[in-house]
Amino acid sequence: MSKTIIEAKDVVKRFGKITAVDGISFKVKKGEIFAFLGPNGAGKSTTISMLTTMLRPTSGKLMLNGHDVTKDQNSARKSFGIVFQDPAVEEELTAYENMRIHAVLYAVPKPEQSDSIEKLLKLVDLWERRDSLVRTYSGGMRRRLEIARGLMHHPKILFLDEPTLGLDTQTRNLLWDYVRKLSENEGMTIFFTTHYLDEAEAVAGKIAIIDHGKIVASGTTAQLAKKTGTKSLEDAYLQLTGSTVRDEASKGNNGLNVRSANRNSRLR
Amino acid sequence: MSVIYILWHRQMKRYIRSRSRIAGAIGQPLLFLMALGYGLGAVYEKAGEGDYLQFLVPGIIVQTLLFSGVFWGIQILFDKRFGFLKEMLVAPVSRTRILLGNALGGATISLIQALLVFGISFALGFRIDNWAMVPLAFAIMLVLSVTLTSFGAAIASMVDDFQGFQGINNFLIFPLFFLSSALYPLTDVPRVLQIISSVNPLTYSVDGLRWALLGQSHFGIGIDLAVMAVTMVACVAFAVNRFNRIQA
Repeated sequence: MSKTIIEAKDVVKRFGKITAVDGISFKVKKGEIFAFLGPNGAGKSTTISMLTTMLRPTSGKLMLNGHDVTKDQNSARKSFGIVFQDPAVEEELTAYENMRIHAVLYAVPKPEQSDSIEKLLKLVDLWERRDSLVRTYSGGMRRRLEIARGLMHHPKILFLDEPTLGLDTQTRNLLWDYVRKLSENEGMTIFFTTHYLDEAEAVAGKIAIIDHGKIVASGTTAQLAKKTGTKSLEDAYLQLTGSTVRDEASKGNNGLNVRSANRNSRLR
Repeated sequence: MSVIYILWHRQMKRYIRSRSRIAGAIGQPLLFLMALGYGLGAVYEKAGEGDYLQFLVPGIIVQTLLFSGVFWGIQILFDKRFGFLKEMLVAPVSRTRILLGNALGGATISLIQALLVFGISFALGFRIDNWAMVPLAFAIMLVLSVTLTSFGAAIASMVDDFQGFQGINNFLIFPLFFLSSALYPLTDVPRVLQIISSVNPLTYSVDGLRWALLGQSHFGIGIDLAVMAVTMVACVAFAVNRFNRIQA
């Protein structure tokens, strides 16, 4: 039986009166590719922010690779790499310099740094452009750079928050092929969110669907289809989350947006 | 240590690569120096107060540190908006070190700006009273640059939009500058202004720098240095506290 590497137990996150994540629990096994799906504003990014130590949960417990995320932050941080929803690279520096900063932040031993940077930049096909400012990169190149960067410290877990948003088909295929290889060959655990259900269906071993801050269903694609009596993941998804259009605000939040609530709440 | 260094280095690279920023940031103090120094110099001299340019230079150096130091905080806002802050915050490094690395970069930048203005002031006719005190003047500038970048970083950590930062900045920076003794001596001003200026910590920096460069002081160098030290500790603590509370 394989080991649980990510675990959430009764996790709640409130921003003032708004409950963004409402008591979710799930487990991800080591080496698994886990898709976290849900409509806009359902609580996906908030969950990732909590898992990656950027936000503190209001209550509940989060474990990453055996480390309590709120109590043992630095050990938890060493266990994962992340590709953010919005690019998080320093545009006024070159790709190489971005990689170097990452290496130092994660205490990659100095003798290994240069080799590791070269290997990874070659892998994502950016070695030739290593000395160009990231400002001059296209969206796809930035994503590739972020993936290379996220892998530098040999993380056990890779978080991908809508990694294919705005990418062309070629780059998307390349990315998923690569992610699959990481999981198969290196046993890396992948936790990703996406709005493209075909991607989730093709790549993910297990899927959890979140809506209004609660997990409404989880399992393999086949299990979800069976549970809802539908044929595809998309049909299952729509049946579980309804077909009304969401803005970032869901009804449960009295029409308030979670991101702006985060900004305005008096957590500081 | 190497984390602080690499983040400091990042700030320096950004600075060196944007030359317009260098020119822009020293343009304003130079304008003040020339317009006021030459423009009001004659009146000042007629009033029997001596050479205004001499009096003004320490004040304008402090202005340079104030504007470029506090304004540097916008870098943190940029990092919040354009994502790089997240990369730093999820790294297995304490936030205090992340703040220190970046803020020391900001402090170095504003110190360079101040030294540029200081250098140019010689071309405009500024003369130092006692060269032996120049190291003290540099030390004061250094302390002040750390104080003010920390202050800017603290404010930037609390707000989320550029307009908000700009608003708070204007609301704080201009009064701090105009109500210090940067532009006029405190001896002959109305009592109210004297009281306001004497609760403005920046006044003591201007006064201390004036003592180091010209041998003139209103409060005495001991009090000036004490106030500067306390202000620096308070501002750094304020910045660490606010930066630690950023929720990304």
